[in-house]
Amino acid sequence: MATIEGAAPTASQTGVASASAAGALTDTDQAQVASPQGDIWRRFRRNKLAVAGLVVIAVMVFCAVFAPLVTSYSPRELGSASRAKPSAEHWFGTDVLGRDLYTRTVYGARVSLKIGLSAVLIATVIGVVIGAVAGFYGGKLDGLLMRSTDIFLSFPYILAAIVIVTVIGRGENSVILVLGLLGWMSIARLFRASVLQAKQSDYVEAARAVGCSDFRLIVRHILPNAIQPVIVYSTIFVGTAVIAEAALSFLGAGVTEPTPAWGLMVAQGRSFLFTSPHMLFFPAGAILVTVMAFVFVGDGLRDALDPRLR
Amino acid sequence: MGGYILRRALLVIPVVWGAITLLFLAFFVVPGDPVEVMGGDRGVAPEIRANIEAKFGLDQPLVVQYGRFWNRLAHGDLGESYRSGRDVNDILATTAPNSLRLAFWAIVIQILIGIGAGLISAVKRYSFVDALTTVSTTMLLAIPAFVMGYILIYMLGVYTFQHDFPSWLKFPVQGIGPDRWLGPIPLGGQWRFLLMPALTLASVQTALVARMARSSMLEVMRADYMRTAAAGGLSRKTIYLKHGLKNAMIPVVTLLGLSVAEMIGAAVLTETVFNWPGIGSSIATAITFLDAPIVLGLSLVLVLTYVLINLAVDLSYAFFDPRIRYGGESA
Repeated sequence: MATIEGAAPTASQTGVASASAAGALTDTDQAQVASPQGDIWRRFRRNKLAVAGLVVIAVMVFCAVFAPLVTSYSPRELGSASRAKPSAEHWFGTDVLGRDLYTRTVYGARVSLKIGLSAVLIATVIGVVIGAVAGFYGGKLDGLLMRSTDIFLSFPYILAAIVIVTVIGRGENSVILVLGLLGWMSIARLFRASVLQAKQSDYVEAARAVGCSDFRLIVRHILPNAIQPVIVYSTIFVGTAVIAEAALSFLGAGVTEPTPAWGLMVAQGRSFLFTSPHMLFFPAGAILVTVMAFVFVGDGLRDALDPRLR
Repeated sequence: MGGYILRRALLVIPVVWGAITLLFLAFFVVPGDPVEVMGGDRGVAPEIRANIEAKFGLDQPLVVQYGRFWNRLAHGDLGESYRSGRDVNDILATTAPNSLRLAFWAIVIQILIGIGAGLISAVKRYSFVDALTTVSTTMLLAIPAFVMGYILIYMLGVYTFQHDFPSWLKFPVQGIGPDRWLGPIPLGGQWRFLLMPALTLASVQTALVARMARSSMLEVMRADYMRTAAAGGLSRKTIYLKHGLKNAMIPVVTLLGLSVAEMIGAAVLTETVFNWPGIGSSIATAITFLDAPIVLGLSLVLVLTYVLINLAVDLSYAFFDPRIRYGGESA
């Protein structure tokens, strides 16, 4: 039951996550291989879109970490040519202040990935702790935690994020904090559902009979077996967080100038859509490619982790 | 059943209370001075500040402000804007119809295109149409509402103007236009202003609905009663449309219900992109001025809508799936 109730708001909460719920169905054989990790990787590799997504993410991480090696300009360096069209010199053209857009897009990956990954990390930790406690102890505590989850779920995500970031002050850190603090609910529900399931299994009974402490029971025995849906969800949720960050920055309630954030670049480009569409479409394309990469990898992970779900 | 409905409905009260209180605290506990914002760069003289604070009760302790806030709400009064002095009820009355019209057409698009595409790709599985649907829905899911809006604006509002296209392909890209409606139905040239915002608002959810419709239909097509119907000699069309569609729609309808709630976030972005005078764009503007009464009042309406729709969706689950109302007590 918990799965049914948990799954529906999950799908709605993120939008992107439902991509996995109703993902493509393909057939695969289930040959037995000795190592489970090798088995997962082998199944993952067979999904070409997921591999492509992984490659894209790897390239983006490389760009984000080694940005100065990938481009010869600085993201804040003002050039002489304002709103120049893409050329050999400026691959993506330049913006209003003559800053190189290719450079800003590359550095933008740094901002987006940092915010996306940190926010998801926060959300996952909170969600797993709350889900574990609620699922493991049940009873009144469970009721209380799940009702608080309902309260948090009753905020439309983007709306709540805009309001809170505006109030506590814009900037990278507040965006990370707000996206993380508002994103744990679906993870808590998912993890609670899998804890409820794992709790009843024989190996948990056995561990309890041997005298394991609650903490050890949860961390050593239940967590490894119940974490899979959370991993899949969190992967896809990185894409959602990247979109949310871009949306916030776009609305002027996120990261501020002169930080090279994709949402800000889109916001600036919109005034020049008629004469310089490149200003909007390169950063917009970067958002799109990043989000799709995380969705594909998440889909691939889901299929690889649990072949029964296909 | 009755007990479940009652319990689930009562849950709405703490949820709404918690949500509103969190919003209230967000605006009043955390630093951020609306009076300062009102004054702009020149600052506000202390006497004027005292006047403004007295007028809006900002000089009172937080508990008093909170009490007054609920007292006003109980009388159906959402307060008045710090900046313009306009009644928030008034703002709601002028913006809500525009948002509702936009949402209405977005849902129509989701139903027609989403369910249509999903069904066709399920029935013609592995065909070109199916592949096209799968790829395009995946892409749509990754495009945030505001980017989608600008893609459409560029195609129909910029490119067609720059090149020699017939005039019916040249669309207005900002505002609501003549504002002529018959209920939700646009009159005259009004639809030209409505088309792009509605498509933008619908895009992500349409993709979700299409995917859900596809997988749900595929599942139903494997069911025994479908085979029985086929064995009974019914035509494929009858089987798919009468037996398949009806059963496949249950998860899709609940998804549609939830999508209304999801659209609230997308509406803030869409309305901002297209300068559509609705609730979402009013909130977005008010936030920049820390105009708490507008943000709180309008968000309250949105949160209430969201909670009530979620309630309806949950109850419809219980209606369609008896296991939930009998076994779901623990959840």
